[in-house]
Amino acid sequence: MEALTNRVKPVDRRKMSVWERMYLPAVFKGMAITIKHFFKKKATINYPEQTRPFSPVFRGLQVLNRDEEGRENCTACGLCALACPAEAITMECAERKPGEEHLYREEKYAAKYEINMLRCIFCGLCEEACPKDAVYLSETFAPANYQRKGFIYGKEDLLIPDPKTDPEGYAKAKGSRLQNPQGHGNEH
Amino acid sequence: MFHNQILLTIDWALFIEKLILIVVVVSVSLVVAMYSTYAERKVAAFIQDRRGPNRAGPFGILQPLADGMKLFFKEEIVPSFSSKFLFILGPILAMLTAIMVSAVIPWGNNMHILGRNVSLQIADINIGILYVFGVVSLGVYGIMIGGWASNNKFSLLGAMRAASQIISYELALGISLIALLMITGTLSLNEMVGQQKDHIWNIFRQPLGFLIFLICAFAETNRTPFDLPEAENELMGGYHAEYSSMKLGFYLFAEYVNMFLSGAVMTTLYFGGYDIPFVNDANLLHTLGTNWLAIIEGLVLFVKISLFIFLFMWVRWTVPRFRYDQLMNLGWKILLPLSLLNMLATGAIILLKQNHWHF
Repeated sequence: MEALTNRVKPVDRRKMSVWERMYLPAVFKGMAITIKHFFKKKATINYPEQTRPFSPVFRGLQVLNRDEEGRENCTACGLCALACPAEAITMECAERKPGEEHLYREEKYAAKYEINMLRCIFCGLCEEACPKDAVYLSETFAPANYQRKGFIYGKEDLLIPDPKTDPEGYAKAKGSRLQNPQGHGNEH
Repeated sequence: MFHNQILLTIDWALFIEKLILIVVVVSVSLVVAMYSTYAERKVAAFIQDRRGPNRAGPFGILQPLADGMKLFFKEEIVPSFSSKFLFILGPILAMLTAIMVSAVIPWGNNMHILGRNVSLQIADINIGILYVFGVVSLGVYGIMIGGWASNNKFSLLGAMRAASQIISYELALGISLIALLMITGTLSLNEMVGQQKDHIWNIFRQPLGFLIFLICAFAETNRTPFDLPEAENELMGGYHAEYSSMKLGFYLFAEYVNMFLSGAVMTTLYFGGYDIPFVNDANLLHTLGTNWLAIIEGLVLFVKISLFIFLFMWVRWTVPRFRYDQLMNLGWKILLPLSLLNMLATGAIILLKQNHWHF
């Protein structure tokens, strides 16, 4: 019968030679291979102490942004929640009272802003939908938790540190997007 | 009166000296076995391009302690359908026979302590190697009894495999050793080491015999490629499938003690025991003194044993397990005739030399 493709590999059914039947040469050959691997550089890294750098387009945990004066950008317009394909985002809005101008940039703000990190698929559509540059995806990911409710991140978990009181934390949270505030690191 | 007389005839210094030696040797064997588990995991990891345990303490050196503690705190389960006395006896026997081998191994030359000539061998019996054989073949009882008492088909299969495997390979082991005994003309391990110190190591006089001995030692210690009695993926652990907690620990531990001591036996028989290679012992004795020399010899012995332990692990993570028929073919159709041939050839050469043939 003619083979349909040329990928057929015939099985070698010849009897083993005396050399092969001694097994030991083959065993030594195998041992040479394993000892070579013994001294090889390991591919794994010691994770919590060492981390691999993420790519510049990495989409991690969401961050709620502030402007340079430390005021929250979010106006609770709900576009991010609308854009979210996993329906992970919920929010409640509130009106800014007189005297709260140093806290919120515009007269409407998010009193409550929650993202369920178990639902979130880190697609970044919230970041694209946001007209106020208020939400963007950072370079970290959600740490493990023992309970489901631990994965529902509120405002206190998401808000970026205040650039006036904690400029270092702000810069760290913002990461490499500091140079490129519109997000999307490699768009050039 | 009679009791008093017996007590008076005991050499108390010798008694205490041997007691200390026993405690030291047994605890060293156990510590080495403990760290062999760590070394095994590290070697396995390195060969598979991983890092191995490195969380408990620096480089993970506290890992064996953590493992031991875990085993202690596990629930002790004795199956209701098992034969309880034998079920408990199994691991005890396995451990006991494993440790008993250490009694006849010469761990170093004599030391001078408090004006006494202290031998670093617990018992220098003139049939040392026969004793090793007797005890090693008793080791199968631990496995057999444990597997049978579990009243579990997988355990029984593992135990049967262990018994038949050890019996098959003990034959070739013994016959390869007879060739060695014909050369050395003694059964005492201490004398064998003495001979190798003065002449060349036995490995150069019995290379084929050593190879057979080595392969059989792998089989006797149930190490891959001869780990059919355990065979995780076929028999779910084989003879120790029903065991838990420290009883399981004893079985696993006995394997490592066996590995350590079979390394010690092989070193003593074929690699000069505590002999320091490339060094004139008389000069060293002059510069170091008896006690330091004995300690260094002990350390050299340990280095040699460690190399053997590494070899055991290296082979384990290289060679896959034999099929049962392959195992039996190798034992009966290859190793046994080969060892017989080796014995005959050795005997012929000795005979020719005695008749003043020069070649």
